[in-house]
Amino acid sequence: MSVPSPLPIPESSPMKTMFPALLAALLLLFQPVVAQSGPVQDLLQSQRALIEESSRRTIGPAIDALADSGLPQVQSVLQAWRSKDMWQRKPDGHFFAATKNADGTYGLTDFETGEAVGAYPKSELAQIKPNSGIRALIATALVKFQLTDPDRALRAAALASISRDPEGSLLSPLRTSIDSEDDPDLRARKIRLERLMTMSFDTDNGARVAAIEEMAGDLGVDFRATLNPILTTRIMIVAKDDILDENIAADLAPGSEMLSREAAYALLVAADRARPVVTGDDRDAALEANILGGRIAGKPIAQMNTETARDEAYEALAEASLAPAFVTSQDIDAALSDHRFVEVYLEPSSDVTDAAKAALEISEAWVAANQAVDLGLDALSLASIYFLAAIGLAITFGVMGVINMAHGEFIMMGAYTGFVVQQLIPNHTVSLFVAIPSAFVVTFLAGVALERLVIRWLYHRPLETLLATFGVSIALQQLAKNIFGTQARPLTSPGWLDGAWVINDVVAISYIRIAIFALALMFLCLFLFIMKRTRLGLETRAVTQNPRMAASMGINPGRVNMLTFGLGSGIAGIAGVAIGLFAKVTSEMGGGYIVQSFMTVVVGGVGNIWGTLTGALMIGGFQKGVEWLNPSNTLAAQTYMIFFIIIFIQFRPRGIIALRGRAAGD
Amino acid sequence: MNRSFIARNPSVLVFLSLLALFTIMVTVLSEGFGIGIVSTSFVKTLGKTLCLCLIAVAMDLIWGYTGILSLGHFAFFGLGGYMIGIWLMYERTRQIVATSLSEGILPPTPEETEAAIANQIFGVVGSSEFPIVWAFSNSLVVQLILVVLVPGVFALIFGWLAFRSRVTGVYLSILTQAMTLGLSLYLFQNANGFRGNNGLSGLQNLPGVTAPQSVVSLWFFWASAVALGLGYLLTAWVVSGKFGSVIRGIRDNETRVRFLGYSVESYKLAVFTLTACISGIAGALYYPQAGIINPAELAPIASIYLAVWVAIGGRGRLYGAVIGTAFVSLVSSWSTGGQAPDISLGFYTIRWVDWWLVLLGLSFVLVTLFAPGGIGAIFDHLSRQSNGRGTS
Repeated sequence: MSVPSPLPIPESSPMKTMFPALLAALLLLFQPVVAQSGPVQDLLQSQRALIEESSRRTIGPAIDALADSGLPQVQSVLQAWRSKDMWQRKPDGHFFAATKNADGTYGLTDFETGEAVGAYPKSELAQIKPNSGIRALIATALVKFQLTDPDRALRAAALASISRDPEGSLLSPLRTSIDSEDDPDLRARKIRLERLMTMSFDTDNGARVAAIEEMAGDLGVDFRATLNPILTTRIMIVAKDDILDENIAADLAPGSEMLSREAAYALLVAADRARPVVTGDDRDAALEANILGGRIAGKPIAQMNTETARDEAYEALAEASLAPAFVTSQDIDAALSDHRFVEVYLEPSSDVTDAAKAALEISEAWVAANQAVDLGLDALSLASIYFLAAIGLAITFGVMGVINMAHGEFIMMGAYTGFVVQQLIPNHTVSLFVAIPSAFVVTFLAGVALERLVIRWLYHRPLETLLATFGVSIALQQLAKNIFGTQARPLTSPGWLDGAWVINDVVAISYIRIAIFALALMFLCLFLFIMKRTRLGLETRAVTQNPRMAASMGINPGRVNMLTFGLGSGIAGIAGVAIGLFAKVTSEMGGGYIVQSFMTVVVGGVGNIWGTLTGALMIGGFQKGVEWLNPSNTLAAQTYMIFFIIIFIQFRPRGIIALRGRAAGD
Repeated sequence: MNRSFIARNPSVLVFLSLLALFTIMVTVLSEGFGIGIVSTSFVKTLGKTLCLCLIAVAMDLIWGYTGILSLGHFAFFGLGGYMIGIWLMYERTRQIVATSLSEGILPPTPEETEAAIANQIFGVVGSSEFPIVWAFSNSLVVQLILVVLVPGVFALIFGWLAFRSRVTGVYLSILTQAMTLGLSLYLFQNANGFRGNNGLSGLQNLPGVTAPQSVVSLWFFWASAVALGLGYLLTAWVVSGKFGSVIRGIRDNETRVRFLGYSVESYKLAVFTLTACISGIAGALYYPQAGIINPAELAPIASIYLAVWVAIGGRGRLYGAVIGTAFVSLVSSWSTGGQAPDISLGFYTIRWVDWWLVLLGLSFVLVTLFAPGGIGAIFDHLSRQSNGRGTS
């Protein structure tokens, strides 16, 4: 070990490899060329000329020879080559993987054995520098190895990269890798990708058609994304009687819906087959360019203040050959009738395009059907939000007949309670389950206070209840603004509510919406239970129908009213927590729900929970329906919904489910 | 007839005299007249307040006298503002465009001018064509008629639909609120030709007028005062006669009036439409003083504030509506305008901007609970005392 070394020892070499490395270095000193050989090095040497030339045009056979050799080390060779880590030792022209050492020399590693060969100064070596074109070819060749790599993550990554950027050359490695794939999920994905790539890249049209027909009706976005490029068209302009040897998609008649006259003529102009139209700007520019002594074509400039005058002046210029004549309608007709506008597929095989078109139609029909389902789910979830917001109101307004304009502020209060709880308890799941009862308690108490202090004095003056509670609403909103500020506060949902239940590429529903739907359903049951099965419900109904009679039966109307109002407010508070999970918590959030909530109750029919449910379903469904017709515009949907409600009330002033008989009151 | 009407209602005369006195006083003290104690912006504030008083008088007619709590009259107010705004904006843009086009070599053609105006006005909403609702934007006369006609017809249709299906009480209030919300959302949409949430702006500049704002503000102030005076006279006359008795009857017991053979729906519809027209006029005078109108002005909350003003002033008394509106809106603009001093409690500083709405809301609750007559009831009380002294 005390032998002085003329060359630095690779620092990372462990003791075991040190000796051979030293030996190699010593040998190098005394024997300039060491014959090292093995199948990989031999193979590289056989392609040496091509590799050294390093040209994208000629490198193909070399890469193929490596990739097809079946040698296990080829993958690391290709990787080193691609990352510019393959170096050639000048004396004998052998290839090695090299890493730079701290002192500026390079440590070589033999591809064959993976053992270090020794450290060399840069002057002894030549780096193989593949350009980007060659690196892409190497990458393609590498995919074959990645697809069969023992590491599952690498295989998945390779698959993802292929599906991101599919290429014909990747098809055959993909196919060969399917058989050896033992992971069922990856195997399914590989088969699917193989089918999709067969459609685009297989050389046999029969196989392509078969693949397309096999997958027709598939809902996947990837399937449609594969078919669309196959069906890409361009518009060709040919003379009237020319015969076209192309895969024709359609003959476009100018002036039809597919191709307007103007667009057709513009195509002719672009193809240099017709004269450009003289636009208004062209005309004005020509007029301005031909002013002679304050006159254009003999007429004073001041007269050029109508379109007709300008047109006439321009025509005069055109006659004097000072400007190109107007392109008249007849000119356009003549030019259009001399030509044929044909939409042709870029894809030459008509069998493939026909199959693709048919498959796409089936898929789109399925997609439309699934979108309808998705829309239905959307509408259902919107309806459950409306129902949730309105159910408290169904108690205070529907059962008790009290107009509470501060209902929206109770929703807000519940949401802020949730926010405060979340500040105190960091765990979102726990805080949610604490927030719901606390929101109920807070708003229950607020409701009781409101009933005791304000509403009970106004039971026979409904309009004044409306105004007084509105005053409360203004005050509460501003108070919330003073306490929590104007910016929106987040109410974060627990992790298990994140994400969505994805049924297929079209239908998906987020868990939070499912939770809200479940919550709405729960409240419906709770409401029915309280109203029909409990003492409080019985007493509430009795007090609502006839307070005096109820009082003479030993019921305390004041207490019942207080509790009922508190219950309605408390439910509004819980709704606030639920709404806060997906909407912003601001001091004004209640205002957004108050009109809708009242509408839900009124449309459904006052005093009947089933009516409220129907009302919510109808309003939610209608709004989503309008949104579907006019997807970019939620505002329009809300507008039309409100006008629809106003019209609806004309026909059923007492709502969908109207109370009859004595219960209906006035 | 008219003479006896004034004789029967001395309060109208008192009100008109006070209004005239107030107008003259403000004029004399204004910057436009020369003395300058009252600033131009304050003249504008006062002018706007007069417009609000006018719509409050209309609100009092429909709510205080007929018993219909409409939460939609600010929508009519806004519609009136939009109608006059369309002309103001068109005409002003036309003048600007004409100046810039005349710098070109060729004299502009009418088509060019129209296209340039449309581009200028609707560029912000990504359009360059006049929507159909701007069809008469070049005619002041037509737009002035539309100021009355559009709210009137809108109220007529809505009222006819609502009253014929016997929607009453709180249901009607909620329905009118929904109408306001719907209209506001409609105006918010860029595609509907009202410039979306940009609204109409630059309305304070009267086209073709070179007088300074200090003078223009006085003109509008006078116009608002005249409109308020005439509106007050009209409503006072309406409620004093037989018509007034019928609508008060409807307020107190609708069913009974119907059984007496009156067509309750027609009376309600007439009052609803009339008040909508008055609101439209008030809006048309208000927004040129405010300078800008956008759909947020029509939000349901504005109409509810209107009810608050009338309630605080005392409904069922026309002067009550005026007093309440003037009082609340002036205090409101004082306390939210940042002029009001903060009150320091040592540990917490009460800022008026933050607490004014809380105060307003709570005082509103208190008025509803303990003083249904509002401020106006104090005057009633005083006049009853003096009458009692006179007769005894």
